Amino acid sequence: MATTLKALGLTRLFGPNKAVNNVSFDLSKGEVLGFLGPNGAGKSTTMRMLTGNLAPTEGQVEICGINIIEEPKLAKANIGYLPEMRPLYKEFRVNEFLRIAAKLHNIPAKKINSSIDIAMEKCGLTHMSNRLIENLSNGYQQRVGIAQAIIHNPEIVILDEPTVGLDPIQIREIRKLIKEIGKEHSVILSTHILPEVEIVCDRVQIIDKGNLVFHGSIDDLKQQRRGNKLLVGFKKTPTLKKLQSLFDIVKIEKQEDLLHVIQFKNLDFDMEKFIQVCVKEKLGLFQVSPHITSLEDTFVQLTNK
Amino acid sequence: MKMIINIASKEIKSFFVTPMGWIILALITAAFGTYYLEGVNSYFEVMSGAIRPAERVGVTIYVGQTVYGAAFFLMLFAVPLMSMRLISEERRQQTLPFLFTAPVSIVEIVLGKFFGLFAFLALMVVYIFLMLSTLNIWADIDFGYLFSNTFGLLLLVGSFAAIGIYFSSLTSQPIIAAILSFIFAFLLLGLESYFASQPNHWFHHVSLLKHFQTFSRGVISSKDIIYFLLFISTFIVLTIRRLDADRLRG
Repeated sequence: MATTLKALGLTRLFGPNKAVNNVSFDLSKGEVLGFLGPNGAGKSTTMRMLTGNLAPTEGQVEICGINIIEEPKLAKANIGYLPEMRPLYKEFRVNEFLRIAAKLHNIPAKKINSSIDIAMEKCGLTHMSNRLIENLSNGYQQRVGIAQAIIHNPEIVILDEPTVGLDPIQIREIRKLIKEIGKEHSVILSTHILPEVEIVCDRVQIIDKGNLVFHGSIDDLKQQRRGNKLLVGFKKTPTLKKLQSLFDIVKIEKQEDLLHVIQFKNLDFDMEKFIQVCVKEKLGLFQVSPHITSLEDTFVQLTNK
Repeated sequence: MKMIINIASKEIKSFFVTPMGWIILALITAAFGTYYLEGVNSYFEVMSGAIRPAERVGVTIYVGQTVYGAAFFLMLFAVPLMSMRLISEERRQQTLPFLFTAPVSIVEIVLGKFFGLFAFLALMVVYIFLMLSTLNIWADIDFGYLFSNTFGLLLLVGSFAAIGIYFSSLTSQPIIAAILSFIFAFLLLGLESYFASQPNHWFHHVSLLKHFQTFSRGVISSKDIIYFLLFISTFIVLTIRRLDADRLRG
């Protein structure tokens, strides 16, 4: 897959504070990359640097092989960006605003009308075309924000917390829209809503205090969650030593109601054998299930390192 | 160049989708109309009365002086009101990323905004010219005098606009931008009056009004044209630098 965006050692200082520290990653065509992190982790700062809104203190950004600092105009032609505070001129109507966006993105005069129609259709705005942006609901304003980001059919669409402040139905619709956009464009999406990442993204990147702490596919993240742990219920609790003589176990953690979390050494432990042995040893086994750390826990673990 | 026009047209549109543009246009029209009427009405009274023949002036100069004499003062109020939102409103509504993400340079953004405002102001200046030209229906007026005044007034409102856009780039409060640019333009306009007793003081050379007065006498001098153009470009460059600092400093 072709690389559309490349960030190399991005660093940004605000006075003595390092908002972003040596962040490198790349993005392929047709990929949705989730950018996760707690508040103030440097997500928005990174995005502002990727879109040429903020000059990096150090590091490079390449958009489709074009350096954004050396040739900003060429590089920016391939980006659509929706910041956290959506930049809408609220005194205009939806179609007027999109016409301005189309003109600023150098869409040839003949194609302006058709590209406005396509963007409005994709974002479900066609019936709102003549409304003042000011009078639209939050969710529809967000759609206008997305429409202005995709109107010039850019290679890369960057969305900063696109679902913040929307109601559950709107969130679902916006997510569907993002998935659809992700089929044709590369998308970077920042959020601190964890399930959103699993639903929408192909790849995840977790940033904390300016540093990248996790970078991998969504399956890697799931793997990290499922891992090598079992939640087991024993009526007669065996000692760690006894269990260790039977299996390759690293740790056992006691929980409420006779439940225990058992951590195996290897990922491919034999569950069937484990149950057989437990029954044979008469430990009073009454429950076995894979122990899934919640995404929140994984997130907290990763960002607390 | 195309982008400058695109941004300028966006600014002009946004003057007219809000009441601001219409209100200013209406007020200015009413004010100039009043001065014009006043000039025409009092012309015969003044000229036929006690005034000595040698001191009598033509109708163009008499009415022209009344209208253009008021013009710089009215524009001093009107321009900051129009220019205040140019950049500060974008800061307040956080819409600047929309422009910064588009394939447009900061120079184009600033020039686009400047020329958008200038086009709107030029509309008013041309309107004054047309209004005074109607005198030609019953008198043989001096168009050279009108051209020179129109040209001078265009340069003067251009300077006000350049001051306005600069102060607008400094703050996210449009009203503060308006007040600051009004005060600044007001001080520069009357700079020479602080040293009226010393006609060679350098204040006289930077005073806006001093340079405008040449045009209002009907003289188009390259010295004054260069002064105004330098003045305008100075503030435009300062604005560009201020916006560039946004990107660098964050």
